[in-house]
Amino acid sequence: MKEFSYERPESLEEALQVLGANGSEAEILAGGTDLVIAMRDRYAQPKVVVDIKHIAEFSPSLTWDGDTVTLSPTATMSEVVADEGINTHFPALAEAAVVVGSVQIRNRATLLGNICNGSPAADTAPPLLAYDATIVVAGSEGTRKIPIDDFIVGPGRTDLREGEIAIAIELAVPPRLVGSAYERMTRRRGTDLASVTLCATVDDAGVTQVAYGSVGPRAWLKTDETGVLADPAASSEAKAAVYEEMFVDASPSVRSMRASPDYRRAMLRVLGARAVGRATERLQKLQGVS
Amino acid sequence: MSETVHIEATVNGRDRAFEVAANHTLLDVLRDQLGLTGTKECCVVGECGACTVVVDGIPMNSCLMLAVEIDGRDVTTVEGLAADGHLNALQQAFLDVSAPQCGFCIPGQLMSAHALLQRNADPTIDDVHEALGGNLCRCAGYLQITEAVMVAAEAGRQ
Repeated sequence: MKEFSYERPESLEEALQVLGANGSEAEILAGGTDLVIAMRDRYAQPKVVVDIKHIAEFSPSLTWDGDTVTLSPTATMSEVVADEGINTHFPALAEAAVVVGSVQIRNRATLLGNICNGSPAADTAPPLLAYDATIVVAGSEGTRKIPIDDFIVGPGRTDLREGEIAIAIELAVPPRLVGSAYERMTRRRGTDLASVTLCATVDDAGVTQVAYGSVGPRAWLKTDETGVLADPAASSEAKAAVYEEMFVDASPSVRSMRASPDYRRAMLRVLGARAVGRATERLQKLQGVS
Repeated sequence: MSETVHIEATVNGRDRAFEVAANHTLLDVLRDQLGLTGTKECCVVGECGACTVVVDGIPMNSCLMLAVEIDGRDVTTVEGLAADGHLNALQQAFLDVSAPQCGFCIPGQLMSAHALLQRNADPTIDDVHEALGGNLCRCAGYLQITEAVMVAAEAGRQ
């Protein structure tokens, strides 16, 4: 690892000063599960590493206020998995967080870091897209709130500008009843990057959302307002046509070692049906239908 | 010359104050600076778990942490399991069921298992598989490793 200086700000203001003064020479350290590897492999060579785990404003890492949960940059995957409210209201996010890496990784890796790292295979991107998460970003000119669909840009890229720091993810419990589920495809159970990630939500008005990743430069969110996917009586041909349209943005890389493009496209349809099926079952439970 | 940072941490029950280079990982410092070579370096990308240590009761990959990050925290390595020259129940169980084959992954397996048993004295086999899922054994001695953790848990409950 190349040499760098280590900064450990204790307030957001102090962190913004350090980031402002160092621009692109600074890297933010939260869980470090991506950054430390990048620095060891020398594709990140910061002059300054800014450890944000001691910033007073980021504690506690997970706060519920009425129907909204706010997760700070220090909220780890393990904390997400352990939170009762998230399991109740955002079960697909808990399902995605619990399959990231291993126990050791989940104890360090943060939810916000998973998004800011910008991996197309980020497990938590599809559920956060489907739950319409908001990313809060702070900079020298104040804070801005960005819908996650606009925040995610492409491989390793987000809407975060130089000198800015993402300070929170906000999730609001939707006003309608919503069932949701997360599915992923990996080569083996246990520590592996996903070949396909997919989250489905089905609400009580028959609207189905499908967010999918690891099959192109970023995760995409698609909506079916026709009610076909949510309708258990709809024919598989009718559903296949809707899925076909939803998965139009899938452009799996031919160079990936994890899975071939054909396999990934085929598995999108399988995971889509599985996730929509489980989401529908969850919705029916919420509706009290046995 | 890299920046050095003064840190204070408890390592295997002993309070220590020392200087670490900002760009050294916890794994580097444990092995090369503190002489605690029980913690192994293997994949260095967080996939194999050979470098697992327990920080404030939580298992982590020491290859993915900067050493400065343990400032003010409590670190247990495999050397911290035995007391007064005697193996603890978990280590003894690993020996009794012949869980170690080549032995290289065992310190990491022990630390993940130790952290599990600290918070769950009565784990199911699925709990053990989940807790040790981030520790690879290329001799593939998983059956015996799982058995050892279950034996140690049983012994701990008596």
